[in-house]
Amino acid sequence: MSLHDQEQYSKNIKNYHPKTPYVWNSLKAFLVGGAICAFGQGIQNFYMSVFDFSEKNAGNPTVATLILISALLTGFGVYDKIGQFAGAGSAVPVTGFANSITSAALEHKSEGIVLGVATNMFKLAGSVIVFGVVAAYLVGIVRLIFRALL
Amino acid sequence: MEYFLAFAVGGAICVIGQLLLDIFKLTPAHVMSSFVVSGAILDGFGIYDKLIEFAGAGATVPITSFGHSLLHGAMQKGEEHGFIGIGMGIFQLTSAGISSAIVFGFIVAILFKPKG
Repeated sequence: MSLHDQEQYSKNIKNYHPKTPYVWNSLKAFLVGGAICAFGQGIQNFYMSVFDFSEKNAGNPTVATLILISALLTGFGVYDKIGQFAGAGSAVPVTGFANSITSAALEHKSEGIVLGVATNMFKLAGSVIVFGVVAAYLVGIVRLIFRALL
Repeated sequence: MEYFLAFAVGGAICVIGQLLLDIFKLTPAHVMSSFVVSGAILDGFGIYDKLIEFAGAGATVPITSFGHSLLHGAMQKGEEHGFIGIGMGIFQLTSAGISSAIVFGFIVAILFKPKG
């Protein structure tokens, strides 16, 4: 089969691909993602009023609470159903980060606790940590250099 | 009002992620990675702090705030100890998020049976 045939093939098959409903997908992502953030705002207000956290410090327990809820929902199989509906709406909030850790760990449970659960836990979330740390490290160095020069 | 702002801004960030998924056919891992990097870069220019002041949880709950917290921790120690401080402080603020994700994820994986 030549390269030309392959191009022809992808052209022919294009009509049979389901069309991506951009607007509907974005609306679902907006509603679910927004709801998760508004829920997070509620938790943050709770920590600020009940436990005397300042607005800056309240972010940490809020994120930890959201992660706990998301890990439990993943265990019950609920979060993955939300994910099928909401797409990026459930993947982009920090709950999606916890979901990727928990679901990767659960998926490999049959291979054992050490080689399955612990080894595969960061299979998906690892990229987030690696890119985050590398980017923050480089930006931090650039900022320190600028501060030294000015 | 603060709930509305959290909803609108958080939802808007998710829409950007959804468009990256649909139009550029990226995987969720690619979207999350690029969001963390953009969070760190936006914080480098001091923009992300303003977004948090404006939108509250709408800016702290999306994964972009992970990059922002990494850089903030790095800069806190970096100001005291220079270049070595960046490595010392980078996980300081994100520690709660990462450790709870590991512990809760592990416990859930032990207690629950895989679905599907």
